[in-house]
Amino acid sequence: MDINFTRNGLVLLARFLSGCSVRWIDSQPDTCQRVYFANHTSHLDAIVLWSALPGKIRELTRPVAAADYWTAGPIRRYIANHVFNAMLIDRTKIKVHNSPIDMMIRQIGDVYSLIVFPEGGRSSGRDVGEFKSGLYYLCKKRPDLELIPVHIDNMNRILPRGEVLPVPLLSCITFGPPIWLETGEPKAKFLARARDAVRRLKEI
Amino acid sequence: MDHLPDLKTLGLIGGVLALLGVASAVLRALKNREASGLDTAMVETFRQRVRAWWVLFSVLAAALIIPGRLVITVVLFGLIAFWALREFITLTPTRPGDHRALFWVFFLLTPLQFVLVGVGAYEVYSILIPVYAFLFVLARVAMAGDSKRFLERCAKIQAGLLICVYCLSHAPALVTTLHTPEDDWDPAALLFFFVLIVQLSDALQYAWSQIPSKHVIVPTINPGKTWEGLIGGTASVTLIGAALWWATPFSQFWIAAAMSTVISLTGFAGSLTLSAIKRDRGVADYGTLVEGHGGVLDRIDSLCFAAPVFFHLTRLCL
Repeated sequence: MDINFTRNGLVLLARFLSGCSVRWIDSQPDTCQRVYFANHTSHLDAIVLWSALPGKIRELTRPVAAADYWTAGPIRRYIANHVFNAMLIDRTKIKVHNSPIDMMIRQIGDVYSLIVFPEGGRSSGRDVGEFKSGLYYLCKKRPDLELIPVHIDNMNRILPRGEVLPVPLLSCITFGPPIWLETGEPKAKFLARARDAVRRLKEI
Repeated sequence: MDHLPDLKTLGLIGGVLALLGVASAVLRALKNREASGLDTAMVETFRQRVRAWWVLFSVLAAALIIPGRLVITVVLFGLIAFWALREFITLTPTRPGDHRALFWVFFLLTPLQFVLVGVGAYEVYSILIPVYAFLFVLARVAMAGDSKRFLERCAKIQAGLLICVYCLSHAPALVTTLHTPEDDWDPAALLFFFVLIVQLSDALQYAWSQIPSKHVIVPTINPGKTWEGLIGGTASVTLIGAALWWATPFSQFWIAAAMSTVISLTGFAGSLTLSAIKRDRGVADYGTLVEGHGGVLDRIDSLCFAAPVFFHLTRLCL
């Protein structure tokens, strides 16, 4: 089957099921290298956020996803590897000499953008969890990347934890203004600032 | 059953589209003359309404005219109901225990209701949701094992299904159920008449509520709805209904007028009820979620309440 056909079909399906309205607040879609970082409450997050991007940007954007979920079963594996070109991270094998950050930097080169969920796992959906430090180390090595905060609302009701079948409610994806890692900014301060940038979008 | 529209239907549809053309022309003229002395907020409301009507009536007209029109009309209303239910449940807090019941509500019960309406199975579709879906939701939520606010959660799902799906499905039922091959009237005209009167009663109630001496009916629910609006709107829509009697299958002109009165009153009840739900949910807080979706439920609240009443009365009167 033609890959573009599958891809467009999946984008339409994701948009239909999530009924998401997309808002860019003080922010514009752009093909420059970016890291979209979002709160994480549902397995649909990666695919819906990716679908919410305009087509040209979508081709240049790769979601970072958990290998244990996206390699379970042939359909998920096909979608992750061929349709949205995900960068799969094996959460059980994260070591100092095998850092996923190095792999991300190698793979994006000077072309691709990334979608990351810095909470590490899915939260309950009520509040955004503490961010893991990966985002900080990524920015430390590539301070030129624009960080775009993204807030995903209501997705945890569409496909909650432990459910297989979605309920087609409406959701909202909000892209916020870019932030960068300041020179010499401490890790904890940066991570708190990034988390606030996501949480603030919920209120707007 | 599925023959082409007759001249009366085409006349009714053409008349409405011509009136919309006049309204658009008036709006364009107003735009060119900024200092017309009219309230700009009111003009803006009217502009939005005219835009929404263009969409509604041209889609409905297309669905009612082209071949295969009955199927297309039923599918159209099915999609509207599906979308309205999404908005309703999105605004209503649910718990994870409701998830699987909701899955069946969206993907089985809603399509099934419209399939049954499509084939005109009145005996089945009139009880599917009030009886079987009612019991199913209770049992499925109980199976999920979360007893917290059990009755309240079930009631919310049931109310959503009844208002957005069951009640609304009585509008396409007008074209699939009431018409027998011996009848020489066009079912499309009946549906178009119904939708037109609902929309006109909404608009005229709003217009009449603009007159200065205001007696608000329920200030805590909707401060915009006044007795002047309800009485004035209902009276004018009754006259319009009587004037449009030629396009309806009713045998006497006063039946068309009385039907219009009932549509206006039930439509009022519908938008008041949905206002109460929105007010309870404090939609302003959640408005971002539905923003950009046009608020289908806001547009069809009066249609939902008027449809079953108009359907049953028509069934009695024909």
